[in-house]
Amino acid sequence: MKVKVVINGITFCEEISPNTTLLEFIKEKAGLTGTKTGCENGECGACTVIMNGKPVRSCIILAAEAHGAIITTVEGLAEKDKLHPLQQSFIRKGAVQCGFCTPGMLMAAKALYDRNPAPSQKDIEEALSGHLCRCTGYKPIKEAIEDAFNSHYN
Amino acid sequence: MSNSYIGKSIPRMESFEKVTGIAKYVHDMALPGMLYAKILTSPHAHARIVSIDKSEAEKLPGVKAVLVGSELPYKLGLYLIDKDILAKGKVRYQGEAVAAVAAESEEIARRAIELIKVEYEPLTPVFDPVEAIQEDAPLVHEDLGSYDYMKGVFNPIAGTNIANHFKLRKGDVEKGFKDSYRIFENEYTMPQVNHVPLETHAVIAEWTKSGRINIYTSAQSPFAVRNLMSIAFKIPHSKIHVRVPYVGGGFGGKAGIHLEPLAACLSKKAGGRPVKIVASREEEFNTIPSRQGLTARIKTGVSEEGRVLAQEIVYYWDAGAYADYGVNIGRASGYSGAGPYEIENVKLDSYTIYTNHPFGTAYRGFGHVEFFWAIERQMDIIARELGIDPYEFRMKNLLKPGSITITGEKIRENTGRVDKCLKTVVEAIEWGEQKTEEEKQEEFKKGKVTGKGFAVLHKAPAMPTFTSCSAIIKFNEDGSVNVVVSGVDYGQGTYTALAQIAAEVLKMPIEKVHMVWECDTDTGPYDWQTVASRFTFMGGNAIIKAAHDAIDQMKEVASAVLRAPKDELEIGNEKIYVKHNPDEFLTYREVAMGYTYPNGNSIGGPIIGRGKYIAQGLTNLDPETGQGLPALDWTYGAHAVEIEVDVRTGELELKKVVSAFDVGKVVNKLLCEGQVVGGVVQGIGTSLYEGFVYTPDGRLLTNSFTDYKIPTSKDIPDVVEPLFVETPQLDGPFGARGVAEHPMISVHAAIGNAIYNAIGVDIMELPITSERIWRAIKEKERRDQRAKTLKG
Ligand code: FES
Ligand code: FES
Repeated sequence: MKVKVVINGITFCEEISPNTTLLEFIKEKAGLTGTKTGCENGECGACTVIMNGKPVRSCIILAAEAHGAIITTVEGLAEKDKLHPLQQSFIRKGAVQCGFCTPGMLMAAKALYDRNPAPSQKDIEEALSGHLCRCTGYKPIKEAIEDAFNSHYN
Repeated sequence: MSNSYIGKSIPRMESFEKVTGIAKYVHDMALPGMLYAKILTSPHAHARIVSIDKSEAEKLPGVKAVLVGSELPYKLGLYLIDKDILAKGKVRYQGEAVAAVAAESEEIARRAIELIKVEYEPLTPVFDPVEAIQEDAPLVHEDLGSYDYMKGVFNPIAGTNIANHFKLRKGDVEKGFKDSYRIFENEYTMPQVNHVPLETHAVIAEWTKSGRINIYTSAQSPFAVRNLMSIAFKIPHSKIHVRVPYVGGGFGGKAGIHLEPLAACLSKKAGGRPVKIVASREEEFNTIPSRQGLTARIKTGVSEEGRVLAQEIVYYWDAGAYADYGVNIGRASGYSGAGPYEIENVKLDSYTIYTNHPFGTAYRGFGHVEFFWAIERQMDIIARELGIDPYEFRMKNLLKPGSITITGEKIRENTGRVDKCLKTVVEAIEWGEQKTEEEKQEEFKKGKVTGKGFAVLHKAPAMPTFTSCSAIIKFNEDGSVNVVVSGVDYGQGTYTALAQIAAEVLKMPIEKVHMVWECDTDTGPYDWQTVASRFTFMGGNAIIKAAHDAIDQMKEVASAVLRAPKDELEIGNEKIYVKHNPDEFLTYREVAMGYTYPNGNSIGGPIIGRGKYIAQGLTNLDPETGQGLPALDWTYGAHAVEIEVDVRTGELELKKVVSAFDVGKVVNKLLCEGQVVGGVVQGIGTSLYEGFVYTPDGRLLTNSFTDYKIPTSKDIPDVVEPLFVETPQLDGPFGARGVAEHPMISVHAAIGNAIYNAIGVDIMELPITSERIWRAIKEKERRDQRAKTLKG
């Protein structure tokens, strides 16, 4: 079957088998390897991308379901050479260690960022729920997200 | 240039790559013509392989190679060579790899796996390490006696399940017990747990027809992979090329050797096409090794004033089905296994025992997370029974300058101060006045009870005496440098710290120091393994030497050009200048590739600094007494926690964790704090949630994130506070010591001690689940009730 998806502003129209996941589509068909695979079971959040404005776990969505969708991956987060405020604060706050959870964390945070200019601690917690990180202990990630909001909106 | 880089909070230098998705991990890589492999695993914990029929799988279109153990005449292992690439003759744990397929696509490989038929004849399994050393226990490795191992260091006992018996004898425990006022005997246990790196193990290997093996792997130790393959396959080292790009977390689990040999053998069978294996999350839990389990028995004799006079310790390690790496965990926990205490009489036996569980390997803390659960709970129990404050009790017994450790090492002024760490954290939680019995009752009635607790820890790098590493600093045409090392930075931030050290010594801006990211055994300098929190220490020292070597070469050239003796030259601001006349100088750039005089004559040549470091003065330990010098350096630390327990449900809330480590010198505060917070939270996982659970016949139930919970962002305490003590390590780079593993050690014991402090129950088994706390509360209520009735 043929599936058309717009990823980071570029249209990909590809022939795929019906059981291809969106994650496989992004990594293998679109060649965007920034999105990560941690469990292939919807349980770790590493594969999170933004689909039509909402964060989704691309490993449990079929590419066919994403037909016609607009998708942003971590590669689409920076504008030209300018890093997104979230990317900047992740660096500043040491929210990145091995970096394997980072793309998913960033996309979850970005979805929050886009819909809620003043999130509470609880909103941030909610956005990160089900996103696993084994390195940082989450504290720097939460701080980075808070910091990005503060520096951007204040 | 601004002042020193040492002590500065510089963000990880590779952060940009990681926040933009540029960083490539093995998971993300593909080579032309690459095949995909899948593994068939054993459904039995212990069974004889009667037959394997792979003919149907081989017939499936797209299948390029099918392998079973009998085709692979190799054995592998780090310290004890006991591992097959695929099970041979029998399977030793459920989840063990039995056969593997390489095919044009993952889908085909998966289908081919289903077509392989294996007939098993179940054998009696053994799961409990204490049972496994009974005389009539089924043997996991009948051929243990014929295995090769590191002689003089390990002690496998043929005809048993004991892969290693480490013995330590100091003083006379019998006499110590005789002199004791009281004796305490307890048993503590900890289950196996998994590292859970977010990136599962992944490898791409090709075994070309020309006889070379090329590998990309998510390994912590590229040179160890090369060395062990060279030994197993009898291929020269120069023909094996191991490369390590970005790695998504390791924690010890990617040290040693894992899927690399299997991928290489599949490639060979498939005619040399590259083969990629990525462990599924289930395989990461069930097939790839985890942390060993531990049953610890401790008998402690104390004087009336609270001095520990004698301690008899037995560690029974549940090594699982293989112990190639595990034997060294038993050894490392043996020589430091009484904790950072000065005890005159110690008898310690550490048995690494084969069972039919998935096997164990290095995991952050390397045995110390396990045994400190026992040691630090035991210390609290003793203090309270003696009616001594647990802080005072520890202070009386902790190692101090002048103390002798259990292996006979003398602690010096600059070894590090565990007492200062403990004092720091105890003050931070305002330990002191205890609640009265009435206040406790009152709290209990309200349903929520608070408590405080603490625990100390120590650890030295666990490594062979000959562990070495090296570094190369290559100057570039523009006067910047490329620093090449072969330890892997899989998230710890070591490369950033090393760049700071290089910039500091070379007196140049850190922006001009490029750490070469991909590790490469063909071009990189040797490094033993990236484990044991030793990389900053040893790598840092090697880099300092390499920098001095480069500086010396540049001075050589400058001396001729500036017509000044070498010892009158100084460096600074990327220049070599004459001490008493700084206007007379050459820039690094002018000498980097050789200096050219105005008339065209040239001298010097490309500047390449080399540096090396080998652990100095370490000795093998006496096989009977364990005496000797095993430790490069000791990092000490302590944690203190505040908790609240809901007495109706047993639910525990961790309110605050304060941790202090004597790191010698904080090279980069941001990164050090990151290591501590991350390690503490990983330690919270081990304390409260994590642990392998099996069916009675040894099938792992906790092999997914649904059944094996690690801490999430909701589970972390409001306050996690990292603090540092700085007692400079004389031979450390700028006085620094490693602190990668230590934050994870003893978190559980601090929590366990706080639980007693809160509600008066002793938890002896990990993890400390709400259910366990609730049961303990009920048990205590029953006991108290009975006591009341008897009295009445
Ligand atoms: S890979 Fe999709 S949630 Fe883990
Ligand atoms: S940074 Fe390694 S998993 Fe989050």
